Amino acid sequence: MQDAILLKFVFYFLAAVIAVFSVMAVTTRRILRAATYLLFVLFATAGLYFFLNYSFLGAVQLMVYAGGVIILYIFSILLTSTDKESKSPMFSLRRWLALLASIGGICLVSFLLLTNVWPTVYEPSTAEVPMKLIGKTLMGTEKGQFLLPFEVMSVLLLACMVGGILIARKRG
Amino acid sequence: MEHIIPMEYYLVVSSIMFFAGIYGFITRKNLIAVLISVELVLTSTDINFAVFNRFLFPQHLEGMFFTLFSIGVSAAETAVAIAIIINIYRNIKSTEVRNLKNLKD
Amino acid sequence: MEYTLWILILPLLGFLSLGLLGTRLKGKSAGYIGTALLGLTALLSYFTAWQYFSMDRVDGIRQALTPVNWTWMRFTDFLHIDLGILLDPISVMMLVVISTVSLMVHIYSLGYMDGEKGFQRYYAFLGLFTFSMCGLVVATNIFQMYIFWELVGVSSYLLIGFYYTKPEAVSASKKAFIVTRFADMFFLMGILLLSYFTKTFDFGLLCDPANQSIFASAAGKTFLGGAVLSWATALIFIGAAGKSAMFPLHIWLPDAMEGPTPVSALIHAATMVVAGVYLVARLFPVYFFFTPEVLHGIAYVAAFTALYAAIVACVQTDIKRVLAFSTISQIGFMLVALGVSSMGTVDNGLESHEGLGYMASMFHLFTHAMFKALLFLGAGAIIHTVHSNEMSRMGGLRKQMPITHITFLVACLAIAGIPPFSGFFSKDEILTATFMFKPWLGVVMTFIAALTAFYMFRLYYNIFWGKPAQHEHPLHEAPKNMTGPLVFLALVTVVAGFIPFGKFVSSTGAAYIIHLDMKVAITSVVIALISILIAWKFYCKGTSTVPAKMAGFFGPLYTAAKHRFYIDEVYQFITHKIIFRCVSQPLAWFDRHIIDGILNGIGWITCRGSLAFRWMQTGQLQSYALLIILGALILLCISLFC
Repeated sequence: MQDAILLKFVFYFLAAVIAVFSVMAVTTRRILRAATYLLFVLFATAGLYFFLNYSFLGAVQLMVYAGGVIILYIFSILLTSTDKESKSPMFSLRRWLALLASIGGICLVSFLLLTNVWPTVYEPSTAEVPMKLIGKTLMGTEKGQFLLPFEVMSVLLLACMVGGILIARKRG
Repeated sequence: MEHIIPMEYYLVVSSIMFFAGIYGFITRKNLIAVLISVELVLTSTDINFAVFNRFLFPQHLEGMFFTLFSIGVSAAETAVAIAIIINIYRNIKSTEVRNLKNLKD
Repeated sequence: MEYTLWILILPLLGFLSLGLLGTRLKGKSAGYIGTALLGLTALLSYFTAWQYFSMDRVDGIRQALTPVNWTWMRFTDFLHIDLGILLDPISVMMLVVISTVSLMVHIYSLGYMDGEKGFQRYYAFLGLFTFSMCGLVVATNIFQMYIFWELVGVSSYLLIGFYYTKPEAVSASKKAFIVTRFADMFFLMGILLLSYFTKTFDFGLLCDPANQSIFASAAGKTFLGGAVLSWATALIFIGAAGKSAMFPLHIWLPDAMEGPTPVSALIHAATMVVAGVYLVARLFPVYFFFTPEVLHGIAYVAAFTALYAAIVACVQTDIKRVLAFSTISQIGFMLVALGVSSMGTVDNGLESHEGLGYMASMFHLFTHAMFKALLFLGAGAIIHTVHSNEMSRMGGLRKQMPITHITFLVACLAIAGIPPFSGFFSKDEILTATFMFKPWLGVVMTFIAALTAFYMFRLYYNIFWGKPAQHEHPLHEAPKNMTGPLVFLALVTVVAGFIPFGKFVSSTGAAYIIHLDMKVAITSVVIALISILIAWKFYCKGTSTVPAKMAGFFGPLYTAAKHRFYIDEVYQFITHKIIFRCVSQPLAWFDRHIIDGILNGIGWITCRGSLAFRWMQTGQLQSYALLIILGALILLCISLFC
């Protein structure tokens, strides 16, 4: 029982972090801060994955996002040295409409989610996915296994590496 | 084994994140900030994949792997986008959206 | 006899090659190519005629042949438009006339048009004209004839407007085209009306006396008090009248003389203007058996036209105008002959007298084509030397231009009806046929014949005798390639009268033995001689004061005739004052303000609408994203709650 309360507390903490920092990430005018808030959101997301007992996924999330992508953001922000966004009218029509759409969307989607009847699952499981299974699924070629997308991913990453270098290099 | 937190709660959280990303995508002026918003949107969908996998199809791994690949794709996308932003900055000395009137040099 | 197709193909080939490659050709080579191709055409026509007329008759009647016939457009099982070649006595005769005159004009133009700008264009158009005219006469059905009918109209338009830098030529070509087109509209209506009831376009079916049941569906149907069949044939005749310059649609022909003179000889004297006569002759059984009242109407209209044109021709001073009105008058003769004719009956392989008019009409068509072409070519030779169309600039030319003089005289004698020249025989047959129909009409036609002799010799004496006019440069005879055709045509004119024409062409196809009616012949010759004598008295010396006195005596009539009885002014009044002001201008206003207003209004609304929506198309991805999200949410709401 103690565990359950603790876990609930953890979840609400993560949810609060995600909600608050994602809103802050899009409202702050300093981009470096936005990147930092994004980092928090991503950490919290990784926390959610851990919470769901997808430890591998959480680890990947931490490594790729927190370790790679955010570093990239910070570097690019520093490189372009545009920390501050230029001022804009606080309440332009677009801002109002965007606010309306976002809040309306949240309400609508939440309403749907909370009133929807989900299919019943007879064998719910919160068990950790064994590492061996992940490896086999990732490298297998049978039904429900993902060797081909894995290879495609690798090619995509290679291509984007080459593309990134090509685009960003200084032209002589 | 029962879940402690119902599935809907996760989904509400992810939808908040999603619409925050949408709001940012629409209102932000800086390209990098727009990219950050996109990142939020993508991450929120990742959460949904994982949650649906866990709660609705616990015997399968598709959702989890989709998340995995999605993380990879978004990382690649970020890399290219930032390369483009740096290139733009080099050309017009700004990363503001409104200054991007034409794509040619 | 499929080779007859080449009679059409060769001139068309000439038109296409000269028209497309003409500007590359140096000097006169275009003329030589055109002439060579037309020489081949003429040879083919002669060969066709020889082969056709030497074929055996069936029961004494010449049979029509269709060596080529393609179905072009099939509407129903009965109604289809064919393209083909029909050979029967009149079409073969026409082929010979067309190719002969056309060949002569081709040769003549080598001299006449030498050095003109647009020499190749001229020969290309001549090829087009010859092609369309041959296509017209060999048409197997009325619709094919209509197609080629329009084609000759177009080539006539092109050739009248050949000197397109001259405003008179341009307006003359437009006038010719519009007037004939206006008449052709009625022709088309007539065709549609006729084919609606008979369910066929085919001449063979329409004109077969044994196949009369196809007209049964039109029996008893009337429109505005006239039988529909009469309406149909009358409308077709209006088309024919337009092409053949019958009153009151004749106004284009005198103006058409603005074209080069050889063109006038070919198109506006010998071939195209007799297309109307040919059309009536082609549909003669229909006219005769079903709508004789229309046929008689044709005779009266034609007689009136002949009289009118003859009177006007007496006072014109432009020699080509005189010839133009003379042409109108002579076409009137042909149509009178057709109008008064009956269908002959075949007895013992020979045709009876009733069909005389038909034969006479075709005979006159043939001889007239020859001598009128000769007259025009002669006039062309004179104009070529004198550089003027006015009689006052001529006079005493007989010494300078002996060959032209002799050939012109031959043609004048022929048209005046003096034996033994060809015009005598054909005109005599026409007068005989007219007397057989109604004696008073015969008297009128004899009077017109006398007028013809008078105005032709007035022309002749004014040109070749009389007081010589002053010229800056010495006058000279035309070159050989111009006098050659003159001599050839003069020879034809001399001998053509002795052709036993009735053996070749008659209303039924059986042989008809021509014999002269001495009463009519002697009267007409005597009257013609008297007219010539008067003309000699008036104009030979060029000093007689009688013509001026006569003009004074006839006062208003003379002035009216000189102005062609103000028919052109009447047209001008009707078109400009009535049609333009009362019909065209309101329509133009309606078009400009209502129709255009609606369209402009649509354009204005679109313009405003797009301006109103333009703010959406910012080109900014973020605006689009906002709209997409809003739209998606709205759609979601609609699908959920509605």
